[in-house]
Amino acid sequence: MDAAIEVADLRKTYRGRRTGEIRAVDGVSFRVERGEFFGILGPNGAGKTTTLEIVEGLRKPDSGTVRLLGRSPWPHSPELTGRLGVQLQASAFFEFLTAREQIETFAELYGATKSRAAEMLDLVGLAEHANVRCEKLSGGQQQRLSIACALVGDPELVFLDEPTAALDPQARRNLWDLMRSINAEGRTVVLTTHYMEEAEALCDRVAIMDAGKIRAVGTPAGFVRDLDAPTKVTVAAGQLSGERVRELAAGETVNADETAVVFETRDPRGLLTALASDGALEGLSVRTANLEDVFLHVTGREWRG
Amino acid sequence: MSLDTAEVRAERAERSGSRAYLSLFKALGRGWIRDRSQIFFTILLPLMFMVLLASVFGSGDTAASRIVAVGDVAVLDGADPDAFTVVEAFDLDEALAMMRDGDADAAVVQDGATVRIYPSATNSTSGAIAEGKLSALVDDVNVEVLSAAAPGEPVLETEVEEADGGALRPIQYLAPGILAWGVAISGVFGAAGTIVDWKRDKLLRRLRLTPASVRTFLGAKVSVNLVVAVGQTAVFLAVAALGFGLQLSAWTWFAVPLVLLGTLAFLAIGVVIGGIAQTSPAAAGLSNLVTMPMAFVSGAFYPLALSPEWVQAISYLSPMRYLNEALQSVVVYGEPPSAVLPQIGFLAAFAAIVALVSWKTFKFDEL
Ligand SMILES: Nc1ncnc2c1ncn2[C@@H]1O[C@H](COP(=O)(O)OP(=O)(O)OP(=O)(O)O)[C@@H](O)[C@H]1O
Ligand SMILES: [Mg+2]
Repeated sequence: MDAAIEVADLRKTYRGRRTGEIRAVDGVSFRVERGEFFGILGPNGAGKTTTLEIVEGLRKPDSGTVRLLGRSPWPHSPELTGRLGVQLQASAFFEFLTAREQIETFAELYGATKSRAAEMLDLVGLAEHANVRCEKLSGGQQQRLSIACALVGDPELVFLDEPTAALDPQARRNLWDLMRSINAEGRTVVLTTHYMEEAEALCDRVAIMDAGKIRAVGTPAGFVRDLDAPTKVTVAAGQLSGERVRELAAGETVNADETAVVFETRDPRGLLTALASDGALEGLSVRTANLEDVFLHVTGREWRG
Repeated sequence: MSLDTAEVRAERAERSGSRAYLSLFKALGRGWIRDRSQIFFTILLPLMFMVLLASVFGSGDTAASRIVAVGDVAVLDGADPDAFTVVEAFDLDEALAMMRDGDADAAVVQDGATVRIYPSATNSTSGAIAEGKLSALVDDVNVEVLSAAAPGEPVLETEVEEADGGALRPIQYLAPGILAWGVAISGVFGAAGTIVDWKRDKLLRRLRLTPASVRTFLGAKVSVNLVVAVGQTAVFLAVAALGFGLQLSAWTWFAVPLVLLGTLAFLAIGVVIGGIAQTSPAAAGLSNLVTMPMAFVSGAFYPLALSPEWVQAISYLSPMRYLNEALQSVVVYGEPPSAVLPQIGFLAAFAAIVALVSWKTFKFDEL
């Protein structure tokens, strides 16, 4: 079977009179298997949206090839677009229609039924707002409606461009559950995000993108493992003598100031047991390496997403 | 094993294509009806102009001209009291002041054999009419004098016949012009505004990623505009006929194809404007910049025959002129469609050329 997405050496340069040349996508290659949950993680302006738009067939690349479900997204073919579900970064709606009319129109375009439309509206928690005009929905509600429109055609492959950007924490958690369940139904999901924890929580594999290039591709756990970074264990200052701190650090890095003591350890279990037996657990926090550290490692820059 | 032949697949695609067309038509049509500003621009604004212009022109040419005679003006002695209301002024300054206040249409001074006419500039239409009537009066007096001097000589006389069965009341020439203008603004503003909206809200990009083709979507959008134009025409002509006494000819139904063709031409202009403008105010401004002057050089508000020659010359380039003329011919004069073939030909050619230009220059990437 063909891969869900196969992208080879995509390049796209925007030429503006004032801005000069911007290499938005600069030699991007990746492959997404069917059923996979794939994330593209990167800061503002990394080129995520441009990459997605090229893959979806909205933009033509300057060079490079794209295969979607085994075929080219260009020119437009109803057989292919009928199998895709797309949520664009900016929500796009028919003016003056209610949420229900909106999704029913999309349902008709995809040949889906009205009951499927109602079901999707319910799934994203908008059933109560079905009769509200789109322009009167809040930003987060619009985003959810746009996701419902992406799912209404029962797609095999779903593209979500920063779907949680405008959501409150509760709605974000709900959407995470929704995205997990649509992936569990066997759909391939491609997600872009600024949020490290989102990529870690949802994605089977993550591509880290910066300045038009993919810097690394892998599983979140694999990245962290390969990084082989120490775990940071912090306790409030004043519970341990200086001598005891040195003893517990056992030759590894430790930073102490008047408020806290921070151990960087490769044996968090041993350290925590020792701290517990000392009764020195006040102000305890344990931070293992995460994608943020991976980003720093692969780009050499601090995460500022 | 599925046995989809190419035929079966094509048939299915066609069926889903027409279903997509219908659902898009429904969605866009609903949006149109709920947009109050659209209703105002397409329906109410032309009606307001009709009320306004009918009252402006309505008084001008039927009432008697108000003449100020300065001193003794012998030529006015034989004037028909239905055609002229004469008041006297002490001197020319007083007469000119009366005209400035809008109380008179022309002042007349007679100095021996010279009759000097001062038509009103404040109210130039009535002034021009008064001037024409006074000149005719002077001619009549001359004819009388000449025939008295040389009784045997025949004199040439003109007789003006009403060629179209009765004087054209203002509404008869105003209505087609205002309708043509109304069709033009809803086409130009509609298309330009829509395209700028699409640039902003990216709806077209989203629709490009559904199984419906962009062509289906554009077709649905144009269809909505065409249906709107027909509705606009029906409402306008009904109000003009019932409220303002517009006499509709038996060929009035032919206004429908004319308005449809005109709408295509104006939509094409709107697409060009929408391609250039980046914001809604810019689109509205540019649309005004095109439709306002066009209305004045097309005889929409003011008869072309009374306009300066250079205006008449420019008018040949304006699609509104041809729509106006054609509507006037079939709706008011009751001429058959064959009489307006040249206008139809021009409108069709104009629509085709502008559509081609807009298609070629349009930056689809911006949508
Ligand atoms: N239509 C365009 N014309 C010109 N430049 C553009 C255009 N779209 C994007 N860019 C530029 O290309 C670069 C990549 O933009 P892109 O939208 O792909 O980034 P992104 O990773 O999606 O960012 P964000 O997280 O903010 O959505 C940016 O520098 C942006 O300024
Ligand atoms: Mg983006």
